[in-house]
Amino acid sequence: MADEPRDQTIAPGGTRNRPDAALDGEPRRRIEDDERVPARRAADATRGALGTTRERRVRQAIRDELSSHAPSDRPLAEEEGPASGAVIELERVHLGFDRPILEDVSFLAQEGETIVVVGESGTGKSTTLKLILRLLVPDSGRVYIDGQDITQLSFNEALRVRQKMGMVFQGAALFDSMSVYENVAYPLREHTALSEEEIEERVREKLDFVDLDPDQVMDKLPSELSGGMKKRVGIARGMANNPEIMLYDEPTSGLDPLTTGTITRLIMKLQRELSVTSVVVSHDIRSAFRMASYIALLSERRITFFGTPEEMTGTDDPYIRTFLGGF
Amino acid sequence: MPSGGEAPAAITSPASSYLPGFLSTLNDAAKAKVLSVQEYATLAWNALRFIFARPFYGGDVVQQMDAIGVQSLGIVLLTGFFTGMVLALQSSVQLQTFGATPYIGRLITGSMIRELGPVLAGLMVAGRVGSGIAAQIGSMKVTEQIDALNTLGTDPIKKLVTPRVLAALIMLPLLTVINDFVGILGGNVIASLYVGVPSGLYWRTVWEQIASGGFSMRYIPNDFIMGLLKPFVFGGIISVTACYYGLSTTGGTEGVGTSTTRTVVASSVAILVVDYFLTQFLLFLFTP
Repeated sequence: MADEPRDQTIAPGGTRNRPDAALDGEPRRRIEDDERVPARRAADATRGALGTTRERRVRQAIRDELSSHAPSDRPLAEEEGPASGAVIELERVHLGFDRPILEDVSFLAQEGETIVVVGESGTGKSTTLKLILRLLVPDSGRVYIDGQDITQLSFNEALRVRQKMGMVFQGAALFDSMSVYENVAYPLREHTALSEEEIEERVREKLDFVDLDPDQVMDKLPSELSGGMKKRVGIARGMANNPEIMLYDEPTSGLDPLTTGTITRLIMKLQRELSVTSVVVSHDIRSAFRMASYIALLSERRITFFGTPEEMTGTDDPYIRTFLGGF
Repeated sequence: MPSGGEAPAAITSPASSYLPGFLSTLNDAAKAKVLSVQEYATLAWNALRFIFARPFYGGDVVQQMDAIGVQSLGIVLLTGFFTGMVLALQSSVQLQTFGATPYIGRLITGSMIRELGPVLAGLMVAGRVGSGIAAQIGSMKVTEQIDALNTLGTDPIKKLVTPRVLAALIMLPLLTVINDFVGILGGNVIASLYVGVPSGLYWRTVWEQIASGGFSMRYIPNDFIMGLLKPFVFGGIISVTACYYGLSTTGGTEGVGTSTTRTVVASSVAILVVDYFLTQFLLFLFTP
């Protein structure tokens, strides 16, 4: 599905879709080791508790002193910014809490592509989604959405960038005090000035798109829905504002094979009909192979494979062969 | 290195590796505690300042006023009434030895309005409302609904915390007024039934007690100011504590249980401690 051929060097223990200088001789801007990004942990759930820019800078100054690194210089001229045309780009991202979770992770998603991130449990796949959503901020490295560096944004600016994205959480994360209708209408009420009739029309349209009968489900509470229905309502809510980027956290986990197929088809339908760029985190190799333009394999805190599904089945790498198992 | 269990974000400090093991544990624990206090204070400040920010979720405020105020009415009525009765019963024994039973009205009024009304209403509401808020927000946190709110472009502080704090600040003084009144009423019942103080005398002494505290701005009794400032502060403590523990819940359903317990314990203790300092301060303000 790529428009242009990519350089793919597939080797165990180190593959990125942007080969560095050692492999193909092209100079790349290196991010210095002690270059710091302010506001390490924008865990926005308690964002209010973590304060304004000034407070974050104070805290960053304290951290700098504690770690006895030189205070960070602002990154110098952007000799090389984000790759053009990329909708989502992660550039050499490092992130860790008590222990490192991601080290030197880079990948790229062009418009209309579906990237499926696979890997063992706990390798940081959901963390990658949170970085794209800027619910977390990397310790170093950059995240670009539509060419804009989102790691430096304030809380309110980040809220605005998120309107371009729709996220479907692992358990759908529907608001359980609200009905299905209110859940799907929520982004519309928050960010648009649509009238009630228009909202109802849009809600019905989205529920139809995900193959649910609006009249039957609209007034139900999330606790009254089956797992598959919850996921579908989650997708409807994620796409309510017609975002250009959709993010899915394990959309098919815990579902029976038939429903898994339905959800996979739905994601592909979204990609085909609305050309959204999708990043899907999944354990399900079968549906990953169906819907992916590119597959990224996350293991040992890095991306060890980035390529098309065909390349992945054709590889000789022992880890990947084991990972694919009998597939 | 272990960090304090209650901090939402862990601090790992490579520089402290030069400290011996025990001291560096202490170091991290102390820093984590300070971080919690800082984050609590920032949450409180933001919750209050967003009352004046847009968007303002007025519908949520009204809903919370119902959940916090109206639905706590039952327990407030019950506890207030029985507290007043027990106070009358116990104090009547002491007063009789001094032959001062006509002063029972003054004693009950003074105790209820200045201390027992605010503190007991605060403790009841802390148990009921504090645990409810912590459980609700905690469950939302562990099922990623807070992340979903962030993803959908809503600030969870504005949507969840500020309505609850505002509702508590409004409702707790109102509940305290009711608590005071039914307490004094309960005292009236016991006074007239067992102590032999007729109602007319009782209510006259109630008014005398209120008036004896002095007036500010000519018409407002000082006792009322003291007795309503306290629940205002307690309401803030209860709601902010509940929201703080709720938002920092981790660890699934067990985590929700822990948050709920901690909220009730922390807000109850905080109410009693702050009550002492507030009383000191108010007595300093209002005693000539």
